[in-house]
Amino acid sequence: MPPLLELVGITKRYPGIVANQDVSLAVQPGEIQALLGENGAGKSTLMKIVYGLARPDEGEIRWQGELVVENSPVLARKRGIGMVFQHFTLFETLTVAENIALGLEPGNAGSDLEGRIRELSRHYGLAVAPQAPVWSLSVGERQRVEIVRCLLQSPRLLIMDEPTSVLTPQEADGLFATLRRLAAEGCAVLYISHKLEEIQALCHAATVLRAGKVVARCDPTRETARSLAALMIGKAPPEIEHRPAESDGPVVLSVADLSLPSVDPHGTALKRVSFSLRAGEILGVAGVAGNGQRELLRALSGEDARAPAGAITLAGQPAGNLDPKRRRALGLAFVPEERLGRGAAPKLSLTLNALLTGKRQSLTRAGLIRQGAVERRATEIVRRFDVRTPGIQAEAGSLSGGNLQKFIVGRELYDGPKLLIAAHPTWGVDVGAATLIREEMLALRDRGGSVLLFSEELDELFLLSDRIAVMFHGMLSPPAPVRQLTPESVGLLMGGAGFEGGVGLAQAH
Amino acid sequence: MGDELSTAIAVIAATLRAGTPLVFAAIGELVAERAGVLNLGIEGMMLVGAVVGFMVAASTGLTPLGFVAAALAGMGAAAIYGALALNLMTNQVATGLALAIFGAGLAAFLGQSWVGIPLPGMALPFPETLRSIPVAGPILFGHDWLVYLSLLTVAGVAFFLHRTRGGLILRAVGENQESAHALGYPVLRIRWLATLFGGAMAGIGGGYLSLIYTPQWAENMTAGRGWIALALVVFATWRPWRVLLGAYVFGGVTILGLQIQAAGIAINSNLVAMTPYLATIIVLVLISRDATRIRLHTPASLARPFHPEA
Repeated sequence: MPPLLELVGITKRYPGIVANQDVSLAVQPGEIQALLGENGAGKSTLMKIVYGLARPDEGEIRWQGELVVENSPVLARKRGIGMVFQHFTLFETLTVAENIALGLEPGNAGSDLEGRIRELSRHYGLAVAPQAPVWSLSVGERQRVEIVRCLLQSPRLLIMDEPTSVLTPQEADGLFATLRRLAAEGCAVLYISHKLEEIQALCHAATVLRAGKVVARCDPTRETARSLAALMIGKAPPEIEHRPAESDGPVVLSVADLSLPSVDPHGTALKRVSFSLRAGEILGVAGVAGNGQRELLRALSGEDARAPAGAITLAGQPAGNLDPKRRRALGLAFVPEERLGRGAAPKLSLTLNALLTGKRQSLTRAGLIRQGAVERRATEIVRRFDVRTPGIQAEAGSLSGGNLQKFIVGRELYDGPKLLIAAHPTWGVDVGAATLIREEMLALRDRGGSVLLFSEELDELFLLSDRIAVMFHGMLSPPAPVRQLTPESVGLLMGGAGFEGGVGLAQAH
Repeated sequence: MGDELSTAIAVIAATLRAGTPLVFAAIGELVAERAGVLNLGIEGMMLVGAVVGFMVAASTGLTPLGFVAAALAGMGAAAIYGALALNLMTNQVATGLALAIFGAGLAAFLGQSWVGIPLPGMALPFPETLRSIPVAGPILFGHDWLVYLSLLTVAGVAFFLHRTRGGLILRAVGENQESAHALGYPVLRIRWLATLFGGAMAGIGGGYLSLIYTPQWAENMTAGRGWIALALVVFATWRPWRVLLGAYVFGGVTILGLQIQAAGIAINSNLVAMTPYLATIIVLVLISRDATRIRLHTPASLARPFHPEA
């Protein structure tokens, strides 16, 4: 029997880069196969080719042994291929049912659609409300909508692109149960991820991509997380020693009873957020995206200065109503979640980006830029943080995500801040760069600085934090020392357990 | 029948007529914007429609044919915009502004020798017996064909957008072009169709001015109605029935100004001419105060160029 899907010698070139080179793989019915690789290894491009969103320059796609001549998302869906994208393809202002209807063939989106949605979500344990507008849903719920939309087409092959990056551990377990059930019913699953533990727990086979090429095929259950990582990045992964500290230094940042309505209609209001951060410690903030992290970050950075002055105390000064510049003058450094536009000005050179948040007195004189000083600063950041760039005059927007992130983190750490607030600093960054960024944050802490680290990756939080707090629906649980916590207990908090009676009761057990 | 009553009836009828070119132009723009196309060139498309419609009607003596020509001319002007803004991905705002200026110039050029020519009238749709029913007759049955057509168009667009699959796809394209593309919908083709529809409606709106409302050709006879139509779409928060409401409010303010003058109240005519535009700005300010509403209803991909391979 021929494989359900077979790729033979697929090559795809984009200007200046070969995204896929001579990639071959085969998927059998009922098999859960992992496609493993770092960011930029070519996983998503390959899946776009399978789903008809991109055309290969060379190579063949075979579906049930037959050559696929013409391909498009519509044809791919007709064949029985469903895809759940990493960045959801939902329409915020439309309802769940409307979104699902858009993903179905015209004849298949009949009047009993709502009934079918309900029945299917019962069968697979994917609770969704057909009439809810999508903007009101959490990220996990949105993913369920995407999955239900795929399943309503009775797919033979389901492609999942990094599905768990937005889920709590418990939600991820629920997803795995659904996928196993699908596989048992004969549906093949292509599972794209860089999370090794998940792949070991879920997948029957793995194809490893590196720099666009297949470098290994293996049985993930027979590998260790370490050996898989070595296959993925081509060398043994660098290790960071976990060394939580308990600080009794002075309080650098304290937030008292901070409540703020959201400016964004789709945002989350902050509800009585309180915590304090001492010199020489890293406080991790966990939570599923959309639970108020963005709003808290804006209130802390000064982009949103509506808070009462006393609600935020920075280096002993009431700072709730200060603008970002004044907060930086008090020793705050900030790495926002968006690199381009917020962390760096894309069209400006690295040199000028280095100037933007620097201490002005040394870089300008009488309103004029001191070119030499700014260039020295940019050169030093590039050298110390191993930023791969053609030169310091390169536009920030021309750097890869990981390299730009190293530059931004480097720029923020350059002046030796008292406090670094970092939002997802290693998101979309390759393993090497992520290690460097993590080491630098630990080094800042060891020098007596403080770090407030927002992350959706529990591994990272447990690796770096001394204490962890969890955000849920705009509330923040009281921070607890890492040694009292497990990924499971934090996961429960991320799902809202313990927040029912308000913040006070949210304790990690 | 008292004098006041007959005046009121006349004002209502005049209001509907004054609002009708706006209804056409704004409902066309609404469809284009719901698909994510911000075409600021309505004024130009209206003027081209007005002059071409007039030329065809005056030379053939057939006013309905004039409207067909006006619609086609508006579509032609929209096609220029589409080729530039959709295919060549020029900046939508700049391209639309250029179209507004270009259309005004082109219309003035085409219409040079057509100024002051009389036009044949167009028969009213309802018979005299219906129209002469007291009060209800003039309000319900007293208008020209195009007033009824504009109402049907709004109803049709409302039904299409919210009750049909085609409308759902169009809204999806305007809401999130990348997702619509990923699901396999032809984003550019849908935007082209919406743009052409917008052009045709603007052309008919312009044609209404030169064929029925005035009826003659004069340079720049739209007098900023294209821009008002643009504002009406925001006023309506992109919902069809509110376009109708907004157009009639605007028409009403226009007519009221004229009535004040007719009543012999001494007021500078320039001030009167200003009131509708002033009213538009005030209404826009009031609406924009509620940022939440604007953001929930604005098509999220509005004015964003679409490149399928990016």
